[in-house]
Amino acid sequence: MAERITGAEAMMKALEHEGVDVLFGYPGGSIMPTYDALYDYKDKLNHILVRHEQGAVHAAQGYARVSGKVGCAIVTSGPGATNTVTGIADAMIDSTPMVVICGQVGVAMLGTDAFQEVDVVGVTSPISKWSYQIRRAEDVAWAVSRAFYIARSGRPGPVVLDFAKNAQTGMVDYEPATVDFIRSYDPDPDVDLYDIKCAAKMINDSVKPFVLVGQGVELGNAGEELKAFLEKADIPCGTTFLGLSAIPSDHRLNKGILGMHGNLGPNVMTNQCDLLIAVGMRFDDRVTGNLATYAKQAKIIHFDIDPAEFNKNVQVDLKVLGNCKRTLAEVTKYIEPAKHSSWIDGFKPYEEKEYNKVIDKALHPTEGPLLMGEVIRKVSEASENKAILVTDVGQNQLMACRYFKFTQKRSCVTSGGLGTMGFGLPAAIGATFGAPDRTVCLFVGDGGLQMTIEELGTIMEQGAPVKIILLNNNYLGNVRQWQEMFFSHRYSFTPMANPDYELIAKGYRIPAKTVVERADLDNAIQEMLNTPGPYLLQCAIKEEDNVFPMTPPGANIDEMLFEA
Amino acid sequence: MPQTDIAMRDTDTPIALNPDMEKDNTEKLYTFLIYSENVPGLLSQISAVFTRRQVNIESLNVCASSTPGAHKYTITAYCDEHMAQMLTAQMEKRIEVLQANYYTDDELFINETALFKVSTPIMLSNREVSRQVRLHDARIVEVNTTYAVIEISGLTQSIIDLYDELKKLDCVVQFVRTGRICITKSRTEHLDEYLASRELKRQATKQEMV
Repeated sequence: MAERITGAEAMMKALEHEGVDVLFGYPGGSIMPTYDALYDYKDKLNHILVRHEQGAVHAAQGYARVSGKVGCAIVTSGPGATNTVTGIADAMIDSTPMVVICGQVGVAMLGTDAFQEVDVVGVTSPISKWSYQIRRAEDVAWAVSRAFYIARSGRPGPVVLDFAKNAQTGMVDYEPATVDFIRSYDPDPDVDLYDIKCAAKMINDSVKPFVLVGQGVELGNAGEELKAFLEKADIPCGTTFLGLSAIPSDHRLNKGILGMHGNLGPNVMTNQCDLLIAVGMRFDDRVTGNLATYAKQAKIIHFDIDPAEFNKNVQVDLKVLGNCKRTLAEVTKYIEPAKHSSWIDGFKPYEEKEYNKVIDKALHPTEGPLLMGEVIRKVSEASENKAILVTDVGQNQLMACRYFKFTQKRSCVTSGGLGTMGFGLPAAIGATFGAPDRTVCLFVGDGGLQMTIEELGTIMEQGAPVKIILLNNNYLGNVRQWQEMFFSHRYSFTPMANPDYELIAKGYRIPAKTVVERADLDNAIQEMLNTPGPYLLQCAIKEEDNVFPMTPPGANIDEMLFEA
Repeated sequence: MPQTDIAMRDTDTPIALNPDMEKDNTEKLYTFLIYSENVPGLLSQISAVFTRRQVNIESLNVCASSTPGAHKYTITAYCDEHMAQMLTAQMEKRIEVLQANYYTDDELFINETALFKVSTPIMLSNREVSRQVRLHDARIVEVNTTYAVIEISGLTQSIIDLYDELKKLDCVVQFVRTGRICITKSRTEHLDEYLASRELKRQATKQEMV
């Protein structure tokens, strides 16, 4: 029996029907009827009041990335909606399932430049998986169900619901809706057995196979299938930043990170293998470097759920369409057990070279100021490599991805595709709600922290247990590194005067400490991890520390630099 | 070649070396046929796919199709085949797009219509005007003392030819051309096949739920 309620209350019921338990949001004029309905649903829908709408979307992203569930943000019209644009674009390029509900003026006022009116569907349509305007209370149940279905299925992504005010206040005989089929959208393409057998034959015939692991493995929850595949055929792999925790860091076949600031071995071997097997990754330019010389000697197989990724950047020899949880399991059946010992041993000289030239120095300095690498590795080890890593963007991100170690899936939250400075702090808040039983460590620079620093207020109010490790070098470090290397040391607006971060943390009643001396580092990290709730650990980092090795932009991926 | 045909293979081939690798790198006029659900906002999503990749749309026609609820977009653009393939893949990625394919002219029956408003006094004083109309298989659909309206249907080039001739005679007051419309020569209807396969999947999904 349908009950007669407002569209706003229907929204609450529809969200509940979709299994939403946490919402990140910020109220405002055009979304007020929905917030009024939310007042009666406080015990069912945990609404986290952020301090800026950008924080709401990034928090929803962090929540989604660690939990595998759809993150949900709710904001008002106009500026509330436009403030979510960066997070929507970020979630689109990083395939993060998210539903953003924006208030909108009533339909009678649409197109009149009404107060806080903006064409949200027009703005977000190119950067979202689906963008829809709810104009009638009758459409709420259907639109919400369709939004969540689209956001979480197939290659996940952000969905925007533009919720007109009259649809919020209008009355409807509410009945829950469940959308699990859309004629024009196939999120789970059938696996073509012929492709699988072709792939197996190519793998069986290969002497020097190499696997590229992307976030698709995490999104498809295919970690076990990947491991079984790699182990049966004895194939080494490299991972993208977003695929980092898809396979444990210490797995013997995991040879490290691909791309510009990745490890030497996987990049060199990409251009030496005879078969490149890409799984759930999209050949981003930060991974491939110069396409004209990228893996030209190899045959290439691409496993992906998104047909638009095939041959987009790299021409491949075989496309295997489908969820890699199924395609990897299928291909594993048809491959023969193999040993590639001498090929795998071939990574060693490159690993040793990188260790001697870069890693050892980054992890075990004996003098001089603190280095990012040593701080990151110590935090990782102090958490027994079990923590969730959240990064901001820049050197803190590159270093954290290089030196943090992973033992569990869904443990790396970073803005890979869009490279959004300011992503880290709110994403880490979201991660604490998505994985409340795990330790969440955020590495952030002094630049990125200030882009969303207002979210310290959210941390304070919620007691969100984010362990903030501020790697402070008084520079916009990554841009400075590029200026040093490619712009003749001309540090154009990258040095930065910083506030007293301990004092700021104190203002938000967040325990904080600053470490300058190496001798104090271990104890400070222990104190941070032992302190319940949030903590800010500021590390005074060497000002002109560089991230190496590095493939300069546009250069061949196997030609990595070890010094500026 | 339509994308769906590319996916069809000789199953005896031991390794499916990607046929896309032998793509045509020269820029030519491709016709894109796109079928979508009839929902608002789709046109801007589709045109954005072209704009973002710096491909100009030469002509565009949108209308209801023979399939209930489905709209048909006919778009022409100059690009190479790799780009044509990327564009169709990106259009199909939009949730409400049912199918997108690209074709070359030899795979299509093509038509286009144009209307000319010409000056009646010039037409009456210069017999070459009506001669060109007859030569190009066009017809005069309205005449009054001020102007005449000429209609022509055919291939793009014949329309351009007539325009050039009439322009020389200095009689054209207005000129308008529709976008290209076309139907495929193929004996298989890709959209019907797609919809049938989706219907099977819908029923399978339903059964799984039960």
